[in-house]
This record gives sequence, structure tokens and C-alpha cells, in this order.
Amino acid sequence: MMSTQPLQNTLDHWSRFTLRQRLMRYGGLALTLLVVSWALSSIDVIWAWVWDAPSQMGDLFGRMMPPDPSNLPSILEAIWQTVNIATLATMIAVVVSLPVAYIAAQNTTPNKAALWVGRFILVSSRSVNTIIWALLFVAIFGPGIVAGIVAIMFRSIGFLGKLLGEAIEEIDRKPVEALEACGASRFKVVLYGIVPQVMPAFFAVAILRWDINLRESTVLGLVGAGGIGMILQGAIDTFNWPEVSMVLLTILALVVFGEVVSSYLRKKIL
Amino acid sequence: MLKISKLTKRYGSGDPVLKELDLTVEGDQLTSVIGSSGAGKSTLLRCINRLVEPTSGSVDLNGTEFTTLNRRELRAARRRIGMVFQSFNLIDRLTVMENVQSGRLGYISTWAALTRRYPRDDIRHAYELMERVGIAHYANKRADELSGGERQRVGVVRALMQRPEILLADEPTASLDPKTSEQIMSLLRDLASELKLPVIINIHNVTEAKEYSDRIVGMRYGRIIFDDLPAQLGKAEMDEIYAGVPAEDRAQVGAAA
Amino acid sequence: MSEVRDTWRKPPFIASPLLRYGLYAAVAIYFVFTLVTLPIDWDRVADGMTRAQRIFSGAFPPSFERSGLLIDGFLESLKIAILATVGGIALSVPLAFMAASNISIKPIYFLGRGIIIVARSFHPVIVAIIFVKAVGFGPFAGALTLVVYSIGFVAKLLAERIEEIDFGQVEAMRAAGAGFIPTLAYAVMPQIMPRLVGLGIYQLDSNLRASAVVGIVGAGGIGATLANAFGRYDYDFALAITMVIVGVILVSEAVSGFVRKRIA
Repeated sequence: MMSTQPLQNTLDHWSRFTLRQRLMRYGGLALTLLVVSWALSSIDVIWAWVWDAPSQMGDLFGRMMPPDPSNLPSILEAIWQTVNIATLATMIAVVVSLPVAYIAAQNTTPNKAALWVGRFILVSSRSVNTIIWALLFVAIFGPGIVAGIVAIMFRSIGFLGKLLGEAIEEIDRKPVEALEACGASRFKVVLYGIVPQVMPAFFAVAILRWDINLRESTVLGLVGAGGIGMILQGAIDTFNWPEVSMVLLTILALVVFGEVVSSYLRKKIL
Repeated sequence: MLKISKLTKRYGSGDPVLKELDLTVEGDQLTSVIGSSGAGKSTLLRCINRLVEPTSGSVDLNGTEFTTLNRRELRAARRRIGMVFQSFNLIDRLTVMENVQSGRLGYISTWAALTRRYPRDDIRHAYELMERVGIAHYANKRADELSGGERQRVGVVRALMQRPEILLADEPTASLDPKTSEQIMSLLRDLASELKLPVIINIHNVTEAKEYSDRIVGMRYGRIIFDDLPAQLGKAEMDEIYAGVPAEDRAQVGAAA
Repeated sequence: MSEVRDTWRKPPFIASPLLRYGLYAAVAIYFVFTLVTLPIDWDRVADGMTRAQRIFSGAFPPSFERSGLLIDGFLESLKIAILATVGGIALSVPLAFMAASNISIKPIYFLGRGIIIVARSFHPVIVAIIFVKAVGFGPFAGALTLVVYSIGFVAKLLAERIEEIDFGQVEAMRAAGAGFIPTLAYAVMPQIMPRLVGLGIYQLDSNLRASAVVGIVGAGGIGATLANAFGRYDYDFALAITMVIVGVILVSEAVSGFVRKRIA
């Protein structure tokens, strides 16, 4: 940054920032403080509960110990269901997102209208959270795994389509030019010039989304859309805290498992 | 025979990059186009197969007028022109064989392209050409595992797979070291005479151009100002071609107008 | 060349045919098996179509009649997001130092990493449910949830940034005889400050998004308003809320992207 201050006559004074910079910093700090105090003063909480919170948390934690594994078979079955939801939904979403990415990338879209349709699909899919999608699909399909799969799928299409579209926009145009010079049709140019270039991104993005979907699938059950969340909700509703902690441990194991698998696949494929 | 007449290219509303340019190439001549950067060499080459859309003028290859073709006809016509690029323009993640066969994409079915089940004739032809340029043992290697000279050979074979009527090479040696660069130039010259193929090369290196070409075309600011045998290219002609910078040329034209 | 070579096959990605076809078969079997065993009740789905129709016809046109509720819900979400971001960052900085392998000592490092892993592993909705049970319904549970959520993200990336710092500056401070805290303040903080500010702005944006969700399980904010509207079959109001959520998310994403670009 350029200093606009005139050179000082006496060089016995030093400060890290110019006056303007300092003012901006203090301004930013003051603004933050102001916003935080506004939020603190107007938020609708009962402060007595807040001071009480640590002991409440300790109490709850105490009731969770030790975890109760007696219901483990049905927990594991629900975990398997959760994995299936995540995997199936990711597979289907990957296939569906390909054409969306194709029309939503500036360099491959057939025309302006398709570009905007593609972008609209991506934005609406991405902006609505999985849980909100799940609420909708539970209302449509009824409670269960199907609503969960469709919800995860709808949310994933936007994520996958956006990242794949960006990968398409970043390709090297030179091979494409060479293939066009060979007189290849549009489809074959895509097949030979673009597909091989976005392949690594395609797998990386699919694996990344699978990992995210594994986490998202764990909460679907809380709105009735299948998986481990159903059991968690049941245990919480019946105040069966030892089982809750068992479910939480299993979810932790699942997520760690997902991270190990996805980092292995990433290494294997790239 | 390639006959270019009155070819003009103008980007946007600026000054034309090519100005009513005439050029005829035939037989198995190797023609080198020289000129400083910005003289319009690359635009000239790309206007021939309409990778760059010419503004006006005519490009005629063995009786086909290129400038008036519709998209479908243009695709078919482009198969008759092979092109080699400065940065090779290979598909890095595909094997050498797939890269080479991509020169045939205009001819084979979509299914064959998708499943990589290429016609036997094409595979035989590919092996023959790869054998000729010395890369047959790399058929199953990925293109990005090869050295620069080897990659450019793949580029040349890909162009030849089209069984083209003419070969265009846009700075084919500019990304290569001097020794490899000479190998590629002599390869292009030999192929021109073996295959009875006219070759047009854009090139910066005048020494190489003089050594390997049958004919040299000198361009300056969108016009051809020299067109003769390499032996005729002397110091005076060189100065004429490389004198000044495009901006000054432009200024002079502006002053004259 | 003596023989004429006129056949060519692309070398397969997996060399061993047994493994390759085994893998294909396994994937195919898994896919078919899980799809077939999906408990799809087709009558229910057919029934669902008429429900879907009812939902959509009930949702159009979206109703902004109770915009007061909507604005209150949003302000609450915003407050939750702001407080959670500040709280999350305040906790993330010491945690990041704990979890940076080049600064921290082994036992503290593992403790720090462990906390971050646990914070990252649980979806905010699960965390929210637990907090709702522990401290009751409302924005406080939401803010606690998002503090945990922020820690999982900010502390992890901040720790990675600390591990990448130029260690020469730390050595220079130590050579000058500075203590532990001044070393951190002069040699480490200036290096990680830009990243911290960037992460904070990014996290404010993510917290705002997440606060719309955790409300669905009772942790306050616009999510609670949405869940209520949905539960009472006020689909037109629910659509209005969803549209506003989408709009706010897009705006906040744009603003956060712009600010981060200006700072970087």
C-alpha cells in the first residue's frame, strides 16, 4: 500500500500503519464491537439458563456415560442404511449433474438461455439445505429412506454441477482447437478434448461429495428421512441417553471411516 | 493446390491483420512463412481452415472454396487439412494411440470413438506412421509422459492420419530445443516429399527456414513483401521484413491515410 | 517390421482382469441390490404425487403476509451467526495453536486435534439437538451449536496455516530472548492474521446458512419459523421463507466473497 503521508522531518516516530489504515482498523474494530453488543443485548435468551448451561451440560454428559451397546445390531443396520443413502444418492447425482455442468459452463453451453437454466438449477439446488429438501420430500414420499436419497441427491446436484462446471471452464483449450481442426463433430470434440481433461476433477469432486453426504445422511432421520438419525431421534425422545452416546460414537466412527476411504480413493485415482 | 486470394482479416473494428493477401502453394513444396510477431502469420494459417473466421477473400483447396462452407461442410473439409501446433495441443491424459487416432475422429463412428475400437486400417496406418517418425513403441504411453520432440511427432502423426491434402504447421519448433527442432524440421521436409504433400510452416528461426524450405514467404504487417527461393533472402530483404515494430507500421499507415 | 499390426486395445485402468471384472461386478451388484431392496411403497409414492400437488398448489403464490415473523426470524438468525462466529473464533485461536504440530507439544497437540475432529464430525443438526436437550429451546442452543461448528472449520484451517508459517521469524524472536506469548504475538500472529480474518468472514457466511437449518430442530432463528410454517401446513408462508433464505444466502455469499477479495 502506498503511503500518502509526507515524509516526517524528525525520524523519532514510527508506527506500523498510516493514519488512514489505523482509522480503518479502529473503525472495523468499533463496528464489530457495536454489532456484537447489538446482538448480545437484543437476542432472545434467558440469561439464567445461560449461566446454568455448564452444569446442565455436565449433567447430560454424566447421564450419557457409559454408552449402552445393547441396541448395537439395529444401530449398525441403520448405519448401513445411512451409507447406502449417501452412496446411491451420490452416484445418481453425479450422473444427473453432468449435463447440468455442461450447460452451465461458459465455454460449452449451447446458448445463453441454456446457460441461465443451468445456473438456475445449480443455485436453487445449492441454496436449499439438505434438511429443507428432506422436509419437502418426506411430505411427498412419506417418511423413509427414499425421501432421504432424493433429498441428498437434490442438494448434491448443485454442488457437483458447480465444481464440474468450473473444471470445464478451466480446461486447456488447445487440444480442443486441434480436434476442431481435424474436422471432428461437437460430440467427439467433447469426448476426446474435454472429458479426459475434467476426469480427475470429476472423480475428486464425486469422492468429496460422497464424504460430505455421509455426514449429511446422519441427520436425515431427524426429519424422518431414514438412516441413523431415526434411531438417534428415538433414543433422545425416550431419554435413553446411554444409547444416544452409543449412536454418537457410531456416527463418529462412520465419519472417520468415510474420511479414510475417501482419502484412499483420492490417492488411488489421482 | 491451395490458392488464397484477397484474404482480409480484421478483429473487431481495429486495423486489419491481413490485408488482401494472395498466396498460392502447390506440389510437394515446403513453404516457410517468416515475419516478426504480430505480422499476421498465425492468423493467416488459421484463416485457411477457418479456426479464425476470415473477414473477406477466398481460400480454395483443390477446387473447394472454404470461406462459404456451412458448419457441416466445413467439418468435412477440415479433414483434408492437417495441422501441427506450437504447443503440440495433445490430449495429455490420453495414450499416444488415442491422440494419433483423434486425427481420424471426423471419419469414424461415434461408437468407435467412445469404445476406442478403431478400424483396422486406421490402426495399421497409425503404426506405419509412428514407425516412420520413431514413436511406435510409445503407443500405450500417456502423451504427457513424452518429451517435447516426441510429443511434436505425435502431433505430426495425428495430422497425417487425416491423409490430408495439405499440412499447416504453426511454429512447430518454437517450443523445442535447437537439436530437436532441427529433427522436426527435417522430418517435415522429408514427409513433404515422401507423401507429395504441400507444407506451410510459420517459423521464427530464419536459419532453419532457409535450410529446410523450398520457398520462403516474408510477411510484414498483414502483407507479403517477400516470396522467393531461400537463397534470395539476403540481408536487405531480412531488414525489410523485420524492420520496425507493428505499432510503427500502423502509425505510418495512419499518417499516410 | 515383419508382422502387420492392425489391432490395438486401450490398456485397462486396472491391469488384472480378475480384479477389474470383480470390481465392476461388485459395484453392479451393490447398485442393483440396494436399489431393489429399497423400501419403496409405490402406493405411497403415487399418493405422494397428489400430496406434492397439494403442497405446490398450497405454496403458490408465496405469502409474505406475516413478514414481521419472517424478519424477526432472520434477525435472530443473524444474531446467532454473529455471536457464534465471534465465540467460535475466540476459541479457535488457542485451539489452533494447540493443534499446530510445529508450535505445540505432543500431548497438547493430540488433545487439540481430537477436539477439532469431534467438532467436525458431527453435523450441526445433531449438535443442535443435544444442546436443545441440555439448555432448552431457543437461540442460545443455536449459538452454542454454531460455535462448535465454527471451531471445526476455523481451528482446523488455522492450525494448518500455523504449520505453514515461516519458522525463521519464530527463531529470531527466541534468539532475541522473547518469552512464549510475545513470540506468538510478534512472530506468529502477524503471519496468520490475514487468514484468520478471511476465515472469520467466511465462517460468518456459513454460520448464517447453518442457522437456517439448526432452527428446524428447535435451536431458534429463521429455521424455527420455517419448521413451524411447514408443520402447520402453511406452505405459502414456507415457500416465502425458503425464497428469502435463498436470497439472503446468495447476497451473503456475494458480500463475503467481495470482502475477502478486498482484504486478500
